[in-house]
Amino acid sequence: MNRLAADNVTLAYDQRVIAEQLSVEIPDNSFTVIVGPNACGKSTLLRALSRMLKPSQGRVLLDGQAIQSMQAKKVARTLGLLPQSSVAPDGITVADLVGRGRYPHQGLLRQWSAEDERVVRESMRRTGVAELAERYVDELSGGQRQRVWIAMALAQQTPLLLLDEPTTYLDIQHQIDVLDLCAELHEEQGRTLVAVLHDLNHAARYATHLIALRGGRVLAEGAPKDIVTAELVEEVFGLRCQVIDDPETGTPLVVPAARKARAERVTAAS
Amino acid sequence: MKTHSRSRAVRIPGGLSLRLDPRALIVVVLLLAAACAAGVALIGTGDARIPAADVLRTLAGDGTAYQDFIVNELRLPRVLVGLLVGASLGLGGALFQSVSRNPLGSPDVLGLSQGSTAGALVVIVLMSGSAAQVTVGALAGGLATGLAIYALAWKQGVHGYRLVLVGIGVNAIAAAVNGYLLTKADLVDAARAVVWMTGSLNGRDWDQVWPLLALCAVLVPLVLANARGLRMMEMGDDVSHALGVRVQRVRLLLMVSSVLLTAAATAAAGPVSFVALTAPQLARRLTRSPGPNLVPSLCMGAALLVAADWASQRAFGADQLPVGVVTGVLGGAYLLWLLVTERRAGRI
Repeated sequence: MNRLAADNVTLAYDQRVIAEQLSVEIPDNSFTVIVGPNACGKSTLLRALSRMLKPSQGRVLLDGQAIQSMQAKKVARTLGLLPQSSVAPDGITVADLVGRGRYPHQGLLRQWSAEDERVVRESMRRTGVAELAERYVDELSGGQRQRVWIAMALAQQTPLLLLDEPTTYLDIQHQIDVLDLCAELHEEQGRTLVAVLHDLNHAARYATHLIALRGGRVLAEGAPKDIVTAELVEEVFGLRCQVIDDPETGTPLVVPAARKARAERVTAAS
Repeated sequence: MKTHSRSRAVRIPGGLSLRLDPRALIVVVLLLAAACAAGVALIGTGDARIPAADVLRTLAGDGTAYQDFIVNELRLPRVLVGLLVGASLGLGGALFQSVSRNPLGSPDVLGLSQGSTAGALVVIVLMSGSAAQVTVGALAGGLATGLAIYALAWKQGVHGYRLVLVGIGVNAIAAAVNGYLLTKADLVDAARAVVWMTGSLNGRDWDQVWPLLALCAVLVPLVLANARGLRMMEMGDDVSHALGVRVQRVRLLLMVSSVLLTAAATAAAGPVSFVALTAPQLARRLTRSPGPNLVPSLCMGAALLVAADWASQRAFGADQLPVGVVTGVLGGAYLLWLLVTERRAGRI
C-alpha cells in the first residue's frame, strides 16, 4: 500500500464542488506530477493531500491513517508542502527562513539543536543557496527565492514533499533549474515528490508518474511514455496536437497543431 | 559580506536547547531597567518629593513611617498599575499587529479602546456606578467589541486589511455611541466620564493592581508558549499549516488573550492611547529582529507608559495632566510618521 492516497474524496470550497468521489494514489518513491487545464482541481487536490482542505466526504490517508485526525506536527514531519505563493516576513535572512522549516522537529525546550543546524546547512547546500545564507530574502531574485523556499521545505526532512506550481513566475532557465533540483531530490534521496505543473512538456520530461485531471476526474495516470498521446491531450486540454519523442530525453513532447490546421478541423466538424 | 543573523543557540547536554538573540536580550534588559528607573522617579515625584535613594530604601522596608505611607501605600500601586497596563498594552498590540500582519492592526485603531470606553460610559452615565462597576463595564465593553470585530472580520481566518477595516468601522460606531452617551450625561457624570476617557493613573491603588497582576500571570506565559507558532504564521497560513502549526487554534487563543489584556488594561487606567500601536513598532526598531518581538514589546509598553506619566507629572505638576494626553500626543505624531514611511515603502 502506498503512503499517501485520497480515498473517494469530495472536495468543495463552501458550496462550490470541485471534485466528487475522486480517488488518487501517490506511488511511493515516485516523482508524481498532476496536470490538467485551469480550474480542473489540481491545486485543490494537492491542498487536500496536504490536509490544507478538509474533504467534505471521503478521506485522505497518510500511512493508512486519516490525515485530518493525525497530530499536526507528526504530519509535518512526514509530509511537506510548498504552497504557490509564500510571503517571507520582513527583514528575514535566508538562513533564518530555512531554519523555520525545522519547526515540526522542535519544541519549547528543544528550540535549536545541533541536528537542526546541520540539516539547515545541508538543505542550503543542496539547493545552492549556502552563499546567500546571510542575505535578506527580500533582496533575492525570483529564482533564488524559490530555491530558498525549497530549502525550507527540505529542512523539514519529510519523506513526502508536495509542490504547488513551483515554476510559476520563473523564466525558462530557472524553471528547468528548479525541476532539475526536484529530480535530484527524487533520484538521490528517494523522496516521494508530488508537483502540480502547468507545462505539459516539463511534466512529461520530469515525472515518473503522471496524473491527468479534468473537471475533477482522473482521465489517465501512469508513466508519461505510456499515457501521453495526442488523443489524451485533446481529451484533457481540448487541444489538437502531435506527440513526438523529445530529442533530448526520448520522453513524449507535445507539439500543438498549427492554427490553420486546427481551424480547418473546426470547419470540417461543423 | 554583512552578517545579519544574530541569534545564538544555547545547548545544555540532555537535549535542551534554547535560541536567543543577544541584541533582543540586551534591549529587554535595558527596557526593564528604564521602566524600573522611571518607576522609582515617578514614586519620588509629586507634592512631597522623595529622592531616589530614599525611595529605594523605603521599598526595601527601611523608610520612615511617613515615607513608607507615601511610597508603599500611595505611589507604588500607581506605578505598578502603570507598569502592568503598559506591559499589557504593549503585548496586546504586538499580538494584534503580528496576527493581522499590519502595524495598523493594533487595539486602539481597531476600536477596542472605544468599546471599553462605551462600556465605562454606560456605567457612569446611565447607572452612576461606582469605580469598581466602571471597571467591570469597561472590561465587558472591550470584550464585546473584540468579539464583534472577530465575528465580522472572520472569513476563512482573519486577514490583515479586512481586520483593520472592520476595526475602523467598529471604532467609528463605538465613538458615536460614546458621543451620544456624553450628551445624555449631567455635568458631574460628564466630567467624570471625560476624566476616565483620557486615560490616567491618578488615584490607582492596590485594588487595581491585583486583578491585573493575576491576569498577566496567567496570560503572559500562555502567550509566550505559543509565540513560536505565531512566528511561523508570519509566513502565511499555508506555510505555517504545512509546518504543523494549528493555525486557527493558535490565532484564536492569541486574539482572545490580546483582547483580554487590552480590555483589562483599559479597565484599570482608561483608554491610554497609542501605547499598543507604538510599543511593538519601537521595540522592533530597537531589536532589528524579524518576528513578533513579544517580550521586547511588553517591556517597551511598560517603560513607555511609566516614563510618559513621569514626564507629564514633572512638566505640569502632580496629577495635572493625565498620562493618556502625553501618550496621545507622542503616539499621534508617531502614527503620522508611520503612515508616511509605509506610503513611501508602497505598502499603503
